Amino acid sequence: MSDIAVTPPLNPGAPVKPDPAKPALRTVVLYRTKLWVRVWHWINALSLFFLLVSGLQIFNAHPALYWGQAANFTHPILAMQGVPVGGSWRGVTTVFGHSFTTTGLFGASDYHGSIMRRGFPSWLTIPSDRDLANGRRWHFFFAWAFAINGAAYFLYILIGRHLKKDLWPTAEDIRSIPRSIIDHILFRHPHGEAAARFNVLQKLAYLVVLLGLLPLMILTGLTMSPGMNAAFPILPWIFGGRQSARTIHFICAWSLVGFFAIHIFQVFAAGVFNEMRSIITGRFAIKVPADAPPFDGEGVAR
Amino acid sequence: MSGPLLNRRFFATALAGAGASALAACDRLASSHHVMKTIYSAEGLTRRIQRLILSPGQLAPEFQPHEISPMFRANGSVGVDDPDYQDQLAKGFPDWRLEVGGLVKRPLKLSLADLRARPGRTQITRHDCVEGWSCIGQWTGAKLGPILMEAGLLPTAKYVVFYCADTIDPEAGAKYYESIGLADAFHPQTILAYAMNGQPLTEPHGAPVRLRVERQLGYKQAKYIMRIEAVNDLKPINGGKGGYWEDSTGYEWYAGI
Repeated sequence: MSDIAVTPPLNPGAPVKPDPAKPALRTVVLYRTKLWVRVWHWINALSLFFLLVSGLQIFNAHPALYWGQAANFTHPILAMQGVPVGGSWRGVTTVFGHSFTTTGLFGASDYHGSIMRRGFPSWLTIPSDRDLANGRRWHFFFAWAFAINGAAYFLYILIGRHLKKDLWPTAEDIRSIPRSIIDHILFRHPHGEAAARFNVLQKLAYLVVLLGLLPLMILTGLTMSPGMNAAFPILPWIFGGRQSARTIHFICAWSLVGFFAIHIFQVFAAGVFNEMRSIITGRFAIKVPADAPPFDGEGVAR
Repeated sequence: MSGPLLNRRFFATALAGAGASALAACDRLASSHHVMKTIYSAEGLTRRIQRLILSPGQLAPEFQPHEISPMFRANGSVGVDDPDYQDQLAKGFPDWRLEVGGLVKRPLKLSLADLRARPGRTQITRHDCVEGWSCIGQWTGAKLGPILMEAGLLPTAKYVVFYCADTIDPEAGAKYYESIGLADAFHPQTILAYAMNGQPLTEPHGAPVRLRVERQLGYKQAKYIMRIEAVNDLKPINGGKGGYWEDSTGYEWYAGI
């Protein structure tokens, strides 16, 4: 099989040499990621970054979380406090009544050389000093960017084929969940044609984010607005109150940070150059057997 | 030194470095006039869209007596450092008169008894602080709309300004004030509250009278109101942004979000 003449590789720098032990491969560059998905992705990434750092600024104005409509100041779910100790501050984080010393990170942290009381440290907020008014300005500006961008994306995936074709798990995907879990644990990455498609766990992760976390961020965000409470009383009813909505907003925000960490890890694990090229230019390289028939989509990007 | 510790230290240093440079970049952005002008432009969009969605008569959610917060936080000013005010507070405000003036045909001077005799409303609502917390309280007061009608609001009036007795920052010296548009002034839940949870207002909560404008944030709920003025334009008043916090720190005038 391996002695069949190999088609010239697309990447001239790395010619594929016939090797009797392995089947010969050729590199195919596919046009994988459409322009509108790439534009959506980057506007979304930029918006979420500014929403996070401005959101933490807003959180710092009252670094405690509650459940229900009103704040039960004596029993917060989470609180980050500064406790005075000998002219300085000790950061104390309380979660469900359990307290931890978190000086330097939560409750009290360094600001221009001295320890100050603040929920999250200044390097995680925009602006870096305590400025609720401007934190809110940044937050609502990027909330609009995020919401408009997200609405356009949803319209497109519903009208277009992206949701059905690329994101929704097939019956075969569902059957392959156990195998996919093992593949992920063993860091076995798909090869060839399969590498160009989203695997089932990837699809599920994207769907949880797209249909779960991102809409929840918008809805819980609106639930904190007194004006929107009057317009849509169902909002505080759904989330069990303004303070519950604030808590869910916070949890979803950090879930998105968790998604981001795994997302970036996977980009590096799967090949940072190829993955970044795919989300910037749309082109994604895979290796297929040299004798494979011309690939669907092959050459589009050439 | 074990490997993992070194690794952790390396990552912590790398993270702090990345954080510091991102922070420096963000602060540079935040100090750019053009960037901030763009960022500020979202307020107009928020206000217009909320006005579009929110019909004038739509009420803020109201609650049951058992939902009233046992501890209602008093924020901002919690008192008035003025001997005349303290004297009146001790006596129950016998000489206090609420002045209603500006762009009106018949300026009014209303005592607490006058306010109690006007069309009133009792409502249990949630007070949403801009900082993020909320408290539920019961408010009783005179509806602002009928009082403005009684004074004969002129057609040129566009805003209602509330002048207060308190000074948040004694060094800056500026007295607290707030303003709302006519849509909010004539909203059925907009009242000049003289009682909280069935008792006359206490000093921390704005005695003798505070504003309740329930579809907006806490800083709009001006306390210690002394004078109400109907105006056509907010720009000539104090810092020109329509309120103490709007002038001093840049909170949005439209506080529906």
